[in-house]
Order: sequence, then structure tokens, then C-alpha cells
Amino acid sequence: MEMLNVALPKGRLGNKVYSMFASAGFECPEIEENNRKLIFENREKGVRYFWVKPSDVAIYVERGAADIGACGKDILLEYEPDVYELLDLGVGKCRIAVAAKKDFSYDPQRTLRVATKFVSVAKSYFASKGRDIDIIHLNGSIELAPILSLSDVIVDIVETGATLRENDLEVKEEIVPISARLIANKSSFRFKNEAIERVVDSLSRLTSIT
Amino acid sequence: MDKTAIEQSIFREDERAIFALRSLYRRYGYTRYALGKFEEYELYVRNKNFLVSDSVITFTDADGKLMALKPDVTLSIIKNTDVTEGVKKLYYNETVYRPSKSSGMYREIMQTGLECMGEIDSYLIYEVILLAAKSLESISEKFSLVISHLGIVSAIMEEAGAVGDVSSELLRCIGEKNAHEIEEICKREGLDGNKLKRLASLYGSPDKVEREVRELSRGGRAEDYAETLISVVRAVEDAGYKGKIQIDFSVTGDTRYYNAFVLKGYIDKIPSAVLSGGQYDPLMRKMKKNGSAIGFAVYLDLLEELERTSSSHDCSESIILYDGESDFDVLRKAAKECREKEPARVVKCHDAKVCRPDGGKYRRVIRVVGREVIKDDGNA
Repeated sequence: MEMLNVALPKGRLGNKVYSMFASAGFECPEIEENNRKLIFENREKGVRYFWVKPSDVAIYVERGAADIGACGKDILLEYEPDVYELLDLGVGKCRIAVAAKKDFSYDPQRTLRVATKFVSVAKSYFASKGRDIDIIHLNGSIELAPILSLSDVIVDIVETGATLRENDLEVKEEIVPISARLIANKSSFRFKNEAIERVVDSLSRLTSIT
Repeated sequence: MDKTAIEQSIFREDERAIFALRSLYRRYGYTRYALGKFEEYELYVRNKNFLVSDSVITFTDADGKLMALKPDVTLSIIKNTDVTEGVKKLYYNETVYRPSKSSGMYREIMQTGLECMGEIDSYLIYEVILLAAKSLESISEKFSLVISHLGIVSAIMEEAGAVGDVSSELLRCIGEKNAHEIEEICKREGLDGNKLKRLASLYGSPDKVEREVRELSRGGRAEDYAETLISVVRAVEDAGYKGKIQIDFSVTGDTRYYNAFVLKGYIDKIPSAVLSGGQYDPLMRKMKKNGSAIGFAVYLDLLEELERTSSSHDCSESIILYDGESDFDVLRKAAKECREKEPARVVKCHDAKVCRPDGGKYRRVIRVVGREVIKDDGNA
């Protein structure tokens, strides 16, 4: 049987997604063992899993190293990989939002300084609003930028808003709600169609129940 | 050594494909169209949405005119071909210059393809799609030609009430097989998204999807298009390609340029489409040319992936190791005998008895130690 290669994002979201795959009948017991393996497979079920950095899932899938994968919508919006987006898995729900210090007010006469790791999303959002912005590309600790006056606002993922509140920041505008999506390589979709459709059908039954 | 063996060992996948495709297109009456490397930049400015990327390498010519290294071939062929009457059948084999999507750096890409322009009819459309299937077959037996009809997609979007930006958004979702987002957009815009969701998810052989295609197209402008799509796809299947042709409406294109058949070709183990094309009547009108046109391009640079996954290519060569003590005549004879069977690389090392061949995989390792010839199995 030809194996279906599945890229899962490391971390909490990946664990949730793997649980969904397992509940849908694509379990892989060795993934739950505490070991240092990088690739886990269940030959009987025809699946091979590997954990990758969440932002790399789309690259693995687009380039065919993985046939399918689970990836946040934020990554898909930012990098626009040439993949199929087959299912909203309904987990990892949060939103990309514009946040700033509570007392911040937008001055249309000044260029808005925006700190973010989602450069493309931020650019197209502010362009659609006709606002002139200066993008500051950061890779982490985005919330620090307005506190230290590096930026006026940030564009970042907001889940509960607790980190923002603790740092005297708040959501000013919501850009887009996001959640984990099941993506597929366009070529694998042709040559491993039956296996991919089986996964999609099983997972969609699961997502429609929850 | 027979001719096939020479081909296998010397040519790269893309080089083999060039010869095979050239011969195929000539057999169907296509004539070679040779182009220069440069084109006026203005052509691409006017049609930038037709291009895979809008980044173009430009330079100022001696007469001050802004020129570009060709990022595309079809636009130049349309511009330079007289299609006032009859049909023009042309094929090309050209280098184009485009930025890589991942690195953004420009790459030189070898592309081959064909264009059929003028008074084209169902037969000529069938012939072009058949040639697309044959092109893929000449590269690998494990291929899939995926066909869609933009007329059907546009008609169903129109029927749902989608216009302007919303229809572009929906077209993108259909291209991503993103049924959940189609539902969200239709809910937001108050449209009936049921047919569009089914259209995005539909995929399979004509046997599998014909009924649903007819059902989705019933009663509207799409009905005639569905008839044409099914009859052409069936005809290509009947030409010996059953199981190789799929109908899939996620194969889309910019509706400002493409209007009817659109196609993508995939080869197993290559992660993206190696063949892409379609019917581009609106582009012909935009460039003030008569008639219709259909064509496709084969991206030969992607065939490198096949070489990476093929193990046979790695072990076609042997290596002959010798050192300062090896006998000249014995070495000469060993090299001659070996080359009668397979390509061989003769390499001097410090000790032919123990040296390991560095880099590459070899069918056999032959060691000339003094007057003795020692043959190993190789490392492939």
C-alpha cells in the first residue's frame, strides 16, 4: 500500500489535529510513545506522520514532501501556497487582529507604524482601508513593539486576548477569524486521491459532529 | 551499445522530453515557431495578469526602447502571428525568465508547448487536448490530465448571483477546492452557494462525474458547455486514455483571458502541474486577433524532480581507479572493455587497492592494482 504522508504542526494544535486523525480511524500508536523519532507510521492504515514547525507545514505540502497537512489559516493567508484547502478542521480557532495600547487613537495625518510577522496580511488589510503604513517585520514578542514605541499598532494572532490585557493592549480591529485547515498537495490529490478522499470524508464526519 | 541505451545514459529528462515532444507535434502538423529572447516590455504591461508573475527582467535597448527578457511565449506568438484566415498550428521550444515563487530570484526556464489559433472547432480542440495527454504520456506513464470548462464555472457563478470582486473571490475558492469558504462568502453575500460548493468538490473520471456535471449545468447557459466538455473528454478517453483524464473545476484561470477549456497535467512524483493551458479567446480579442485559440505549455524544468526520484539514472556509470603503480596497458585495456558495456570514469587515486570512490553512485568499481584488475560490485 502506498503511504499517505501527513505533516502535522508541532505543539498544541498538532496534538489536537492528531487526535482527530486517530478518532477518524488513522491512529498511529508509536506517535504517542515518548521517543525521539521524527517519522511515525502505521503501515496497516497507510499513514505516515511527521511533526514540523507550524509555519513549514504548507511548504512541505506545496513541495510534495507531505501529501496532506494541517495548517493554520493565518499561514495560508500569509504565504498563499499553491495547495488545496479541503476542510476547516474547526480547531485552533482564533483571529488575526489589529491591537494597540488602550489609549491609542489613529491619526490619519501620520503614517501608521505596524509591527507584525504577517506582513502580507497586514499590507493587504491596510491597503483595502486606504491607510498609509510603515511595516516593521518582527518574528516574535510582537506585543512588545507598541509598549516600547517601536510601532503604533500590531497585527497578530489573538486567541483569548489575555496577553494583550496583561500588557495594557486591546484589540482595535478584527481582520479575519482563523482555524486549522486540512491542506493537500495538488499532484498528490491526483495520484493518492482515494486515500486523501478517505481522510477528508472521515474527518468531515468528525467536524460536522463537533 | 544500442541507441536506447545511449539515450538513457546521456540525456536528462528534459532533453529527452524536448526530442519526444518535437517529434510528436510535427506528426500532428505543427510547425516550429522560433522566437528571439527579447520582447518589447509594453506587451507585458498591457497583459500582466496573463503572466505567471508580473516581475519581468527589463533593459533599455540601443534605440532607447524598454525591452524585456521573455517571461512568456504565448503573448509573443499571438502578437507576431497573422490569423486573418484559416488555422495556425505552431509549436515552440523556448527559454523564459521568471522569478521563483519561493526565493523571488529569476530563473531560466525551458518551456515547450503549442498554440492552435484561428478558425478552431471541436475537432481541433479535441486534437490539442489529445496532444496534451500524449505530451504527458511521453514523459511518464503515470500521468493525469485534468480538464475544466470555465464557461460552466462562470455560468454557475452568474446563476448564483456572484459579480465583481465576489466572483473573483469565489473563483479563487473553487481553485482551492475550498467549499467551507464558499459557504461563508455566499452566506455573507446572501447567495445560493450550493452548486458552487458541489462544483469545487467535484473530481473524477467522466464515468464518475458525468451525471453530476449534467445536473449542475441543467437549465442554464452551462448546459451546452457541459455537453461539449463531456464529448471532448470522452473522445480523448477513447483514444486510449481511459483512467488518465479527470474532470475537475478547480482548474481555473483568469476569466479575462480564458473562457472555455482549461487544462493542467500532472506527473506522479512531481509536486506541481507540469502542463498548463487552455482556450484563450478573450486574449485574442484583446490583442485584436481574429478567431479563437487554444494551447498549452510543458514546464520542462520540473522534470528534474523525476531524475531525483529515479535510482536507475544514478548507477549507469562505472569507475576505474588506478594509481602511480598501475600498469599503463592493463589500465588502457580495462577502460576499453568497461566502456564497451557502460560509461566509465577513470580516476587516479593514491592507492587503487583501498581508495573509495568519492561522490556519485557507480554500477561497478574497477581497481587496476599493478598488473591486476579487481572488480567490485559498486555502490549504487
